[in-house]
Amino acid sequence: MTEISPADEAVPVVLRVNGTDRRIAAEPRRTLADALREDCGLTGTHLGCEHGVCGACTVLLDGEPVRSCLLFAVQAQGAEIRTVEGLADDDGTLHPLQEAFWRHHGLQCGFCTPGFLMLSAGVLETRPDIGDEELREALSSNLCRCTGYQTIVEAVRSVRDAAGA
Amino acid sequence: MGEPDGARGRSLIGESVLRLEDRPLLVGEGRFLADISFDGEVHLRVVRSDVAHGVLRGVDLDDARAGEGVVAAWSAEEVAHVPAIEFRMTGFDELRPYCQRILASEYVRYVGDPVAVVIAEDPYLAEDAAELAFVDIEPLDAVLEASSPESVAPLTLETSYGDTDAAFEAAHRVVELHAAVGRHSGVPLETRGLLAFPRPDGVLELHGIAKVPHYNCATIAAMLDLQPGQVVGREGHVGGGFGIRGELYPEDVLVTYAALRLQRPVKWVEDRREHLVAANHSREQSYRVRAAVDERGVVQALDAEFFHDQGGYVRTHGATVPNLSVALLPGPYLIPSYRVRGNIRLTNKTPAGTYRSPGRFESTFVRERLLDRVATELDLEPVEVRRRNLIPTEAMPFDRGVSTLGTPLVYDSGDYHRLLERLVDHIGYVALRESLAQRRRQGEMVGLGIGMFVEKSGLGPFDDVRVRRLDDGGVEVVTGAASVGQGMETAIAQICADVLGVDYTDVSVRHGQTDMIGRGMGAFASRVTVMTGVAVYMAASELAATGEPAEATFNTDHMTYPYGAHAAVVRVDAGTGGVTVERFVVAYDVGRAVNPMLVEGQIIGGVAQGIGGTLLELFSYDPDGQPLATSFMDYLMPTVAEQPHVEVLLSEDAPSPLNPLGLKGAGEGGTTACGAAIASAIDDAIGRPGAVTTLPATPELVRSLLRN
Ligand code: FES
Ligand code: FES
Repeated sequence: MTEISPADEAVPVVLRVNGTDRRIAAEPRRTLADALREDCGLTGTHLGCEHGVCGACTVLLDGEPVRSCLLFAVQAQGAEIRTVEGLADDDGTLHPLQEAFWRHHGLQCGFCTPGFLMLSAGVLETRPDIGDEELREALSSNLCRCTGYQTIVEAVRSVRDAAGA
Repeated sequence: MGEPDGARGRSLIGESVLRLEDRPLLVGEGRFLADISFDGEVHLRVVRSDVAHGVLRGVDLDDARAGEGVVAAWSAEEVAHVPAIEFRMTGFDELRPYCQRILASEYVRYVGDPVAVVIAEDPYLAEDAAELAFVDIEPLDAVLEASSPESVAPLTLETSYGDTDAAFEAAHRVVELHAAVGRHSGVPLETRGLLAFPRPDGVLELHGIAKVPHYNCATIAAMLDLQPGQVVGREGHVGGGFGIRGELYPEDVLVTYAALRLQRPVKWVEDRREHLVAANHSREQSYRVRAAVDERGVVQALDAEFFHDQGGYVRTHGATVPNLSVALLPGPYLIPSYRVRGNIRLTNKTPAGTYRSPGRFESTFVRERLLDRVATELDLEPVEVRRRNLIPTEAMPFDRGVSTLGTPLVYDSGDYHRLLERLVDHIGYVALRESLAQRRRQGEMVGLGIGMFVEKSGLGPFDDVRVRRLDDGGVEVVTGAASVGQGMETAIAQICADVLGVDYTDVSVRHGQTDMIGRGMGAFASRVTVMTGVAVYMAASELAATGEPAEATFNTDHMTYPYGAHAAVVRVDAGTGGVTVERFVVAYDVGRAVNPMLVEGQIIGGVAQGIGGTLLELFSYDPDGQPLATSFMDYLMPTVAEQPHVEVLLSEDAPSPLNPLGLKGAGEGGTTACGAAIASAIDDAIGRPGAVTTLPATPELVRSLLRN
């Protein structure tokens, strides 16, 4: 590393998204969210605030839920990134969380849904037997303006319970 | 989730079937506005006033135009030929001078007022260049209080019935109240946006249009001197409506104008800061009310005056919100005489429009606080005061003697007493009060509050629907209604499938495509399930009878009136003043629920928004009119941590006699009495009847109540 490129000059970046390497050119100031949406065409990751509060942009970075609006694409190089597009099986079978959100009416407009799905996936994968209170606390990091959260919590709990059964 | 098949004798109407809408939204294939792009698109950025009130001396765009990738930059003179944005509803000539033009000239009237646009090849570059715009404003004093003599006072709405003065003269007691609701709004999670695509055939396609696509396309066409069919709406996925999204805003016209002029696709995606200062605010009203009460606590007359803070301009809703406040302030109670003055005032804040339960959240808060005060002053149980004042079911249909939204206010059906008793039974009112008293004796600050209300729904005047069978065995419904994420496709498909005896998953519902159907009213005022639902019922019945594609129109001059009661149990933290809602119950009569799961979803979501407006959300301003809530760090919406488990008592006692299915709309009743019930519960918790008279009841406010 000898030179620092200016923030508005594109540099080559390799993002590993849902198991596939994506080679893009991104300005250092380009957020991971914009790189996923605009450069990789993965528009399932949504932007609700672009300042790190709503969680609509949540993706998994090496298994951890992160706000992709607060990361630069260049920072995500070398990490395993997972987005909502990678959740269902290749044959279209829904991930248990997707299925549960559907069955429990865990979405209305659906704008927050990808963020909640990725947040829940990250939480349940790292803490499969998370308690109810901790789960609510974890889910309180994202905003939904439609559902009042009740059905989202029920959906995630049902997946936790089914996995533990 | 059951076997949907009306033909097998079991009605699909009333079944909680799973939504048709969900799959693309679950797998990341939603098509929200920002997800759509066209080759060669350019990006628009709005330059906004950073001064609340001032003389606009000039806008210098030379540096912006020289910015990298900039295609164009315009200020007001470029669009001087475009007229101001007209009212869509409840227009008054007195308000017309205050309609907003698409770019400000001469004066700026709120922080966020659009003064110029910059269009560039890339959104980052557009934002960079917009920073280079030099806006010369000479500041004037900002007016921030609707009731102050400095605010512009274009119109006062007045109405009355009965002999109010005589009732006050004869009153056993006069009970008074000052109360106010703070400024907050819908704030959907998807911000606004628009993409205008000029097609080679001369038609402009608008993506990102919502709520009232037909109206917006026709109005934009007229404003830009185009043929009516030349602007076509393409509704995609919509990330929440709540009243504010889909109204015609300056940005919609600016984006369309830019696409027309540049003959390139033009895209605008609002950022969150913009949203919080530019999209409609709502709710801010302050009231003085007096009730003339007899010995039994029956309100014989209500005399009210309120100030409605409209902000810097009057937008598409005209006087809708204060008009609804005026009409629905008496709510579910008999109140034989009534007089009200609703003062519409302009201030230097973001202009206001409707937000879920407009005029009812505000007026219900005030009316229910007043009834609580009657209970206190006459030493009655709050529930008993309500029992004594409710309109009896024998009086239905009940003509209130006032009009709203151009139709006489006639409650079509209802058994208000029965609903109240259901709520009282469900919560175990007496035992619950006793157990809360017990907890208070042990040092906790806990309390119970209730609130009742009448909602309105199913605003006409018409809805058209076309239904036909497709070659693949499916059924297609085309409607001029719109979806804002509430699940309308599923509900409409259920009604259609029920009539035709097919599976609801075989029904596809096409909406929000203005070139597919001649006219359409869109989605607002909890109208879709009622209006479109009945129209599809009529068209599908005709198709069933004739086997031929069918069209039907449902016309109505009247609205239907669902009604409800809320109960809240809260706990107050004596140290911080923070309020925790421990329990929340909504009893709501919707006449007939097409899909109870969806109705409950609407109610629970509505409660979250009601709690937000009651405890957290506030567009506050500093003395110069600078908005202080411009991010989600300052504009606080409830997370799951603030949301109690909501118990829903869905009731179908009173089907509407105004339509063949008995439907009433269900979109708003989760929100309506949240402020009323929670405020009452806080009073009870801190042992200070009538203490909470302003919303939101922030920790700061509650702490100040505790100190006094
Ligand atoms: S968009 Fe990233 S947190 Fe809101
Ligand atoms: S479903 Fe609309 S924001 Fe969550």
